[in-house]
Amino acid sequence: MRSTVLFSVTFLAYVVLVNAKAHSVTIEKAPPMSPSASAARIERGAHLVRTMGCNDCHTPWKVGPHGPEPDMSRALTGHPADLVMPPAPALPPGPWTWVAAGTNTAFAGPWGVSFTMNLTPDPETGLGKWTEETFIQTMKTGRHEGKGRKLLPPMPYPIIAALGDEDIRSMFAYLQSLPPVKNRVPQPIDPPEAK
Amino acid sequence: MNRRWLRAGIVLSGAAVAFAIQIAARPRLMAVERTDVQAPRRLSETGLYAEGTVGIVDQRNRQFSPQYPLWSDGAVKTRWVYLPPDTVIDTRNDAAWEFPVGTRFWKEFSFNGRKVETRMLWKATASDWVAVSYMWNDAQTDALLASDRGEPGVATITGTRQHSIPAVSDCLTCHGAKRTEPLGFNPLQLSTDRDTNAIHGEPLAPSILTLRTLVDERRLSPERTDLVATPPRIRTASADTRTVLGYFTANCGSCHRGDGEMAVQVPSLRYSDVMHDGDATALRLVGRRTDWHVPGSQDGTSVLLDPVAPERSAMLYRMRSRSPSSQMPPLGTVVRDQQAVDALARWISGDLASLIGERR
Repeated sequence: MRSTVLFSVTFLAYVVLVNAKAHSVTIEKAPPMSPSASAARIERGAHLVRTMGCNDCHTPWKVGPHGPEPDMSRALTGHPADLVMPPAPALPPGPWTWVAAGTNTAFAGPWGVSFTMNLTPDPETGLGKWTEETFIQTMKTGRHEGKGRKLLPPMPYPIIAALGDEDIRSMFAYLQSLPPVKNRVPQPIDPPEAK
Repeated sequence: MNRRWLRAGIVLSGAAVAFAIQIAARPRLMAVERTDVQAPRRLSETGLYAEGTVGIVDQRNRQFSPQYPLWSDGAVKTRWVYLPPDTVIDTRNDAAWEFPVGTRFWKEFSFNGRKVETRMLWKATASDWVAVSYMWNDAQTDALLASDRGEPGVATITGTRQHSIPAVSDCLTCHGAKRTEPLGFNPLQLSTDRDTNAIHGEPLAPSILTLRTLVDERRLSPERTDLVATPPRIRTASADTRTVLGYFTANCGSCHRGDGEMAVQVPSLRYSDVMHDGDATALRLVGRRTDWHVPGSQDGTSVLLDPVAPERSAMLYRMRSRSPSSQMPPLGTVVRDQQAVDALARWISGDLASLIGERR
């Protein structure tokens, strides 16, 4: 008798759980993680940030003993605020359509002038106030803060979007684990003809 | 023997309850499974037009006209809604009406006398809205489903400026990816207390659906006679403040809605937050620092609205701009709304400045 009741209760619980699981398909937020899982996520994010080329533009470059290289003492801090760029040189008609600063953090082309963003979690000048959701939306939509202006060249957001939510989440976790660095990057400059 | 029957009864009862739970859960499961609902390939197959026609709108689809229209580069826009028979809109939360499954909205865009695109929002399941656009053919006989990635340059607006059909991801930027919502169909937009000074506002023809229509036809649940007895309006003593804030709710309030990190930059301009005290909303914009730097101003001094030097107001600058990195709104428009820019400039140095003086 007791086993029969137990069977019925278990069966009911199974049905409820199966349905609950099916409904949870649309839940977008990641569940809370244990410390070890968080560490694994950050490690995965660090790997992705290293291999996806984020340092190529978001870390200012310097000329080292082996030639140009990212200045890792300013890792992922974006275009240096104290490097005020003069107007971009006018290019003659032809296949040369854009120019880059030696730091590889400022780019001028038909879109105007773009500066790479500070990706450290500084609340005033970096990603400190960003949410995971905003970061994912930004990478997926190619729009600033997920719904603002279009991200400007040469930001290769479609490559990151192709990673999928979990990997983008890991990248954000890693970036949020960095020490915050105050570095206010200039806002983009519109192209003259569009004003 | 009796004991055996009792055991069998318990097992059968358990199975019956379990089956009942499965059945009760079924519609929601279907909703999850049917997220790949496909929109028809042709506009003529969406139910907008009477059967066998393209151009004669089915009588079941009701035309409506938001009192504060979204600026779409001067496009002539016509909107319809279809609510399935015997269904109601759940209006328990005025900031987020819930529409019945099967609801469809259409918005037709015309430039220079030609239909260019018709957008459709379709609540296909309990949890899914389908957002698509149809591009009209040259003969104007039908419109075909546009690419999810949008269709650039489908019509000339003026000079070199061209209208583009937005990508689905851009549609969801304003309409919401997590919780999709129709933006021009809410208590303020459908109010019978229309703002006669609304920028690009359209006169209210008798056939246009309003809150009164919805109340009279018992399409709201719970019944909302209050929306007719006291029609929603932006509360302020200034006609210009009402008009400018109404414009903000339609053109800015779908993104600047008081959540996320955007709330740090700009307070909510969502209609439901603005309606009850327009003056307070206006004052929250005055002198509010913004990270977006107004060109020509000193670093760290840019504010949303500056009544002392209106030209240094970030909102005015960005509404005037149509450069991709500075314009506001950032999508859906490539031509400045000069009428709105003029109204905003007038308001900043006029009624807004007076309001600040009164509050000092």
